Amino acid sequence: MRVAIESKSFGGDEILKDISLTLEPGSFTVLTGPSGCGKTTLLRILAGLDTDWRGHIEGAEHLAYVFQEPRLLPWRNLLDNIRLAAEPAGHGAEAAAALATVGLEGYEDAFPGTLSMGMARRAGLARALAVKPAVLLMDEPFVSLDEAAAGQLRELTLDLWRKIRPSVLMVTHNLAEAAAMADRVLVLSGRPAVIAADLSLDRPRDRRDSGWVRDFSGRLRETVGNGAVPADPGSL
Amino acid sequence: MPGLVTVPASLLALVLLWALLAVFTDPEILPPPLAVLALAAEEWHSGDLLFHLGATLGRVLTAFILAMAIGAAIGIALGLSGKANRAFDPWLIVALNIPALVTIVLCYLWFGLTEVAAIAAVAVNKIPNVAVTLREGARALDRELAEMARLYRFGPAATLRHVILPQLAPFMTAAARSGIALIWKIVLVVELLGRSNGVGFQIHLYFQLFDIGRIFVYAIAFILVMQAVELGILQPWERHASRWRRV
Ligand SMILES: Nc1ncnc2c1ncn2[C@@H]1O[C@H](COP(=O)(O)OP(=O)(O)OP(=O)(O)O)[C@@H](O)[C@H]1O
Ligand SMILES: [Mg+2]
Repeated sequence: MRVAIESKSFGGDEILKDISLTLEPGSFTVLTGPSGCGKTTLLRILAGLDTDWRGHIEGAEHLAYVFQEPRLLPWRNLLDNIRLAAEPAGHGAEAAAALATVGLEGYEDAFPGTLSMGMARRAGLARALAVKPAVLLMDEPFVSLDEAAAGQLRELTLDLWRKIRPSVLMVTHNLAEAAAMADRVLVLSGRPAVIAADLSLDRPRDRRDSGWVRDFSGRLRETVGNGAVPADPGSL
Repeated sequence: MPGLVTVPASLLALVLLWALLAVFTDPEILPPPLAVLALAAEEWHSGDLLFHLGATLGRVLTAFILAMAIGAAIGIALGLSGKANRAFDPWLIVALNIPALVTIVLCYLWFGLTEVAAIAAVAVNKIPNVAVTLREGARALDRELAEMARLYRFGPAATLRHVILPQLAPFMTAAARSGIALIWKIVLVVELLGRSNGVGFQIHLYFQLFDIGRIFVYAIAFILVMQAVELGILQPWERHASRWRRV
């Protein structure tokens, strides 16, 4: 998908300016930047949830969105929650399969209020992937989970991404997470915000050991902190 | 459930108090419970009790459904549109403050002493209350879930059924509960003023005949019917609609 945002304002406040972005099919892009810089705003524009901006967008048809709060319908069980998004006319076979892929088989009849946050997040992920999206937008999908649960969910997300291959654009503040998961990192910063850095990560994920992740995320931290492009991004 | 123990005991005490007072009172003024029961059996066997209860219940249900549907539509529209609400909120306040008797009398004068006028008068009395309650419900609708439904292309029908109505259900129940209580009282007035059957008509008749026993029969019978509606329909429905809250 491709987007060119000339300008996005709330009231008189210009939040985003001159942002051009192309997401290659099957790519995994992480978007990071200081709090309040406009990451969620950008995601909502891509998702078509915000239409009050100047610019143009294409290839935004087959979308899914993993919200920061899972946004499940509390009064419908898990199977119905997924069925309503993925196969409204079907009998729930696909929805049940989607639940199984995130390890929630047996929870088809459970209401979301009975789930732990980790399970609810997995259900949100199952719903997003059950629609077989071409583009998957994720807004801080692993926050407020303990490290073990977050780690599992990251693995699961990468597994499912490899299988279904949507273009992912994921927002996070966790730079180690960005270093471990992304094949491209975008840093959004400034007011109005622009893309302050655009880094490619060629290193295969299985060779990103903890030392490398620490090193890369440390450099990323400097970039986010300065809001500037590092002198030699290729060396990262 | 401690309620099961205390409610019947409390009601029994009320009947006993009634019986006790009746001992010291002229039975013409306050007939004892057993005498009222005997009269009720008489009215039942003659078919009158069932006929008039049925007539009243029919009016209550028709007016109730009309008031809920129209009131909900108005309330939801006002709750969703700030502009509409600012324009029509004063109308609603006026409507809320029209005495029931005025609506009834005007309906009979405008539309004649007909069934339609009777039911319209009752419904019109209740519509503003339903609208106010559902307006609160519509204001409280979750925007995040609405966005989710839009993003995943639920479409209008599924959005209404699976996203909006479940959120309005508690407000519907609240409106239904206070609605049925108000409506059945107004229906009796409407029957008294301009119908020739129904519990209100019978009470008026026995008022003129000074037959306090039969007034008790019809009043108590209808209270029992309305309690049965509450326990047999409203409460089970509420439990069903809120089953997802039970963790
Ligand atoms: N609906 C809105 N009305 C007015 N201002 C808004 C609205 N939504 C966001 N903003 C403002 O736009 C700016 C960007 O918000 P946004 O939520 O996109 O930031 P973010 O980068 O996602 O931050 P965080 O990392 O804290 O989630 C903030 O200054 C915020 O106050
Ligand atoms: Mg955000």
